[in-house]
Amino acid sequence: MRDRSFIVAGLVLFLGLVTFPVWYNVAARTDPGAPALARPSAAGVRLLRRGESARLLASEPSCVAPREYMRASHMRLLTEWREDVVRRANRSYVAYDGHRYEKSFTGTCLTCHGDKAQFCDRCHTYAGVSPTCMDCHVTAVVTP
Amino acid sequence: MLEKALTGSRSYWTWLAALVAAVAIGFAAWLVQLDAGLGVTGLGRDVSWGLYIAQFTFLVGIAASAVTVVLPYYLHDWKAFARITILGELLAIAAVVTCGLFVLVDLGQPARVLNVLLYPTPSSLMFWDMLSLGGYLVVNVVIAWVTLSAERSEVPVPGWIRPVIVLSIPWAISIHTVTAFLYAGLPGRSFWLTALLAPRFLASAFAAGPSLLILLALLLRRAARFDVGRDAIRKLSLILTYTTIANLFFMLMELFTVFYSRVPEHMQHFQYLFVGLDGHRGLVPWMWTSVALTLVALALLIVPRLRHDERLLAGAAMAMFVALWIDKGLGLIVGGFVPTPLEDVVDYSPTAIEVMISAGIWAGGALLVTLFYKITIEVRQQVDAQAPAFPNA
Amino acid sequence: MSIDRRHFLGLAGLSALAFAARPSLDGLEGPASDERAPAGTRWAMIVDPKKCLALDGCTRCIAACHTAHNVPLIGERRHEVKWIWKERFERAFPSDENAYTEEALKGKLLPVLCNHCENPPCVRVCPAKATWKREDGIVMTDWHRCIGCRYCMGACPYGSRSFNWDDPRGHMGATPASDYPTRTKGVVEKCTFCEERLAKRQRPLCVEACPEAALVFGDLNDPKSQVRDLLRTRHSIRRRPELGTQPAVYYVI
Repeated sequence: MRDRSFIVAGLVLFLGLVTFPVWYNVAARTDPGAPALARPSAAGVRLLRRGESARLLASEPSCVAPREYMRASHMRLLTEWREDVVRRANRSYVAYDGHRYEKSFTGTCLTCHGDKAQFCDRCHTYAGVSPTCMDCHVTAVVTP
Repeated sequence: MLEKALTGSRSYWTWLAALVAAVAIGFAAWLVQLDAGLGVTGLGRDVSWGLYIAQFTFLVGIAASAVTVVLPYYLHDWKAFARITILGELLAIAAVVTCGLFVLVDLGQPARVLNVLLYPTPSSLMFWDMLSLGGYLVVNVVIAWVTLSAERSEVPVPGWIRPVIVLSIPWAISIHTVTAFLYAGLPGRSFWLTALLAPRFLASAFAAGPSLLILLALLLRRAARFDVGRDAIRKLSLILTYTTIANLFFMLMELFTVFYSRVPEHMQHFQYLFVGLDGHRGLVPWMWTSVALTLVALALLIVPRLRHDERLLAGAAMAMFVALWIDKGLGLIVGGFVPTPLEDVVDYSPTAIEVMISAGIWAGGALLVTLFYKITIEVRQQVDAQAPAFPNA
Repeated sequence: MSIDRRHFLGLAGLSALAFAARPSLDGLEGPASDERAPAGTRWAMIVDPKKCLALDGCTRCIAACHTAHNVPLIGERRHEVKWIWKERFERAFPSDENAYTEEALKGKLLPVLCNHCENPPCVRVCPAKATWKREDGIVMTDWHRCIGCRYCMGACPYGSRSFNWDDPRGHMGATPASDYPTRTKGVVEKCTFCEERLAKRQRPLCVEACPEAALVFGDLNDPKSQVRDLLRTRHSIRRRPELGTQPAVYYVI
């Protein structure tokens, strides 16, 4: 084969180009590590839990779903909420721990996780995703 | 077989280059529209459909008009149409693709277009229009591919294609009927709320399509030495004559109903189009040009001696095509929206971006037609060179 | 068993088609159901022109609605977005070309809005069910689903629907209200009878804002409601009744 050296050289070049993102990031140590999310605002938690029974108030503050679930599937929850509220006028959500919430991104989620830049954007920027939700669902920090 | 589109003369490539340039400009303009929103067009709250949807409507008609050559050839054995049928089917494919593009650029959220299929809504004519146009495209692609391949391999077409071809005939009628139903079922738009709209659409399509086919056939004879035959052109011109008469007749029917009954809501649209309303006269010269062109075309078509003169026929075909484009591509949509349901008279004129996008899409359609016809001509010439007396022709 | 390439490709194509069709079957939704309103509610609104016209030049209903719902304020008339606005009597009721309309109404501006028809043409034509009629009578819109085809705008006989010709956030003026979303460019919007307030048993904003109580809102199916009372005792007209849309917005003359 006369062209063996060209073919091998071409293959090596191709492999180098295609794996560039991997070895470049390793060499330049550009991995910032897992993002640190801001803690939910205590005032927001108090606001959401206003009017709950003593038993529920005594339990630990938590999100509308377990943290691990929210990490992996908060978009699924939000999409279900969206369909329920918009198309079925169903706004009441009873969480896994018995707390009752209104299905509202701005009214519920953002009451505790009010600061988009300190919370939502941390992971989204790290993962390189830009959800369009905030184009419409305003994210003014809610101060109770 | 597709590789036959990749070899050609200098003029062929120059023509393709010009079309690609026009498409590129249109695409760039569409990117501007995607970014800024449909506000860059001349559309507004009152005239919410304009140039794009008008072109869509006109092109659905062209797509449906394939039936004017398919029906006589396959159902009634008009052998004269042997070489022109494929041209009609290929024109239909290009027209369906092009009209789909016009719908896409008209959408405010084009990325969500699949919602129409994900959430089927049988009550909506737009849902049925998408289905029927999609199906018509598939049917015609299958027919064109199978018949061209068979011709190229010099074998008879497989038997199963015949029922598919016969199916394409009522399907062609249905695509344009469904498109007419888009408009004809809206209670608030009295210009369109007429049982005559679908028949008018069909008559208009069956005149615009043959006009275009005649012009293309004459062009192919000159530019590519591909002759569909004098008989084919003569018979097609006869069809054009009768559909021109039908168009004129339907228009007069509309005028009678509207102006004899003197219901203001119905009269106002025709007044706006033909004499102006409240000082708004923008479309008046266009509509009268359309009428004048129709009458000139009719005069040239109705006299056999004049119709048989191919130069005069070309003139008549061009006149009819332009007249019908004005009627359906401008008058129909704007006339339906003006005056508004609140009896407001507003103006609409497309912006430069709108025109660039529209021209780009038309150029895309012309590009498809060029490529398809090039392949067809090459196949034909290859077959003719090898077996000139092939009985299939 | 051996299969030639043509047949394999054909089978693969058919399988792909069948697989792709599955989401369409999921999308065959039933009618939207209303959890909050008591069963059998039928919302309607009554406009009292005499009360409205008592206060000349008042636009509080419009301001209340548009501010709370982040409706953009757009100068160019053809790009306007409006959920409720004022229209001359002759324009709102064009069917009667009367040269001798009573002075009290002739040329006067009256509030008009989406009529939330019993028989809405806009709902019929929407190809993605982005607008539908709820059981409580409200004609609702889903701005996440709207593809912006504007077929509903063509179908509405009252001009009640507005399209976002560009990004509405460019026309917000002051900071948008934080408890109601804005919309994106490329979708159609209209009055929703304040369904988010009805869910909390509050009346629509325009009704609350009117200083003359010219707007009355209530349940048509409740024989003791104020709307039924008014309709029983006063002559009422609706816009373009000959079209059979059966509007839920009445004007008591």
